[in-house]
Amino acid sequence: MTAAGVRATARLGARADGRGGTALPVLESAGPLALRRTRGSGDEARVMLVGAMSGPLGGDRFAVEAEVGEGARLRVGSAAATIALPGQAKGEARYDVRIDVAAGGELRWLPEQLISVKGSDLRVSTRVDLASGARLVFREEQVLGRAGEEPGRLRSRLTVRLDGRALLDQEVACGPGSPGGWDGPAVLGGHRALGQLVVVRPEFVERLPGPKVLGEAAALTPLAGPAVLVSALAPDALRLRRLLDEALAELDS
Amino acid sequence: MSRAALLVLADGRFPAGGHAHSGGAEAAVKAGLITGAEGLEAFCRGRLHTTGLVSAALAAAAALGVDPLSLDAAADARTPSVALRVASRKLGRQLMRAARATWPSEELDALAREFPKGAHQPVVLGLAARAAGLGAGDAAYCSAYECVSGPASAVVRLLSLDPFDATGVLARVAGEVDLVVDAAVESAVEAARGGVDVLPAASAPLLEVGAEGHAAWSVRLFAS
Repeated sequence: MTAAGVRATARLGARADGRGGTALPVLESAGPLALRRTRGSGDEARVMLVGAMSGPLGGDRFAVEAEVGEGARLRVGSAAATIALPGQAKGEARYDVRIDVAAGGELRWLPEQLISVKGSDLRVSTRVDLASGARLVFREEQVLGRAGEEPGRLRSRLTVRLDGRALLDQEVACGPGSPGGWDGPAVLGGHRALGQLVVVRPEFVERLPGPKVLGEAAALTPLAGPAVLVSALAPDALRLRRLLDEALAELDS
Repeated sequence: MSRAALLVLADGRFPAGGHAHSGGAEAAVKAGLITGAEGLEAFCRGRLHTTGLVSAALAAAAALGVDPLSLDAAADARTPSVALRVASRKLGRQLMRAARATWPSEELDALAREFPKGAHQPVVLGLAARAAGLGAGDAAYCSAYECVSGPASAVVRLLSLDPFDATGVLARVAGEVDLVVDAAVESAVEAARGGVDVLPAASAPLLEVGAEGHAAWSVRLFAS
């Protein structure tokens, strides 16, 4: 590794194979970001993102680009949590995710948590572009510090666009060096795990689920478009996952 | 430009209905997250750097003449809680009535026609500032200060907090209000050149989640 950090961009592309399944004509691993095709189910292809080394570390620039074509169905998971660590290289690390889903395509993006370790400094930028008629389940979870540890600095922006219009644009900033009040009663209130689940479905145009409180610090809310957001805070990763899983199961039922 | 116009717009007695909203403070008090001046200060600081920054930037951009329709859409995307979107549009409609009566303007009329149920409050605030001959910084100051003064006066009522303590909180966060206004104006200038996507999107998960719970209460002192 150089003092400038590691630069790596992994790419995947899913296409309907014309026989009722989904092909993966693009599956490019890069550096520490390894992509593996795993057994899918029905017409859905599955890909696991396997971190072949720790990171991102300070100065690293990781990126993942995923494209789902018309009629293709893709599910992406990860083998383990992503761990933001302090590095020898100066400066923040970056993790950029770019996702495109065409009309009639479906992406279920369900990776493991991102853990912000003490002393790390990571900026995550996720941009999802959906064509009208695309379907999406997108989950992201941030865990502030390993057990009992102070978190690092984390900034994470999630932008979801549908047909060129922003449906959701949210940035969380937490950890040492973040703007004041990040751990206070308006923002995180001492919670150490936070997560978002975005579900976009064309049928929500006709019938959008109403808002719902999901416990003390979690709620489902309809967005200004055919989409809902589940926003959740929890004391730890396990309880956060349970909240998001339950919410997703209810939306799927 | 009249300096006093800024005082008129920023005055808590300007009839725009803000007094009926606690900015999430009522839910935070009920949850035991604000029990006194210290909790109020942490709440105000967190709100200021998140939704406060976003609102101030939207207001500043509207004051600069950035297309209010795209600003309203940007506000929607940055306000995932439906309860908060409803509250923001209600406040926008009330402010619109007061602003049109005070500073008649073609631009305010056009926005009111476009959103009969109300545009997002910061967008209306920015256009009101523009109609009053004020600038982007003035609009951002109104928005950012209101973002902390609203919860402070609400907590005085909710907890019978000493008003001197609440005012002390406002004085202590004043320096950060300045910083937020600077950042808001900077991004508004960028948005005027390159579109609204560059506007900040800082989020406050507890405010978003708390607002949905609060909207479902059958009895409450404040509308949001």
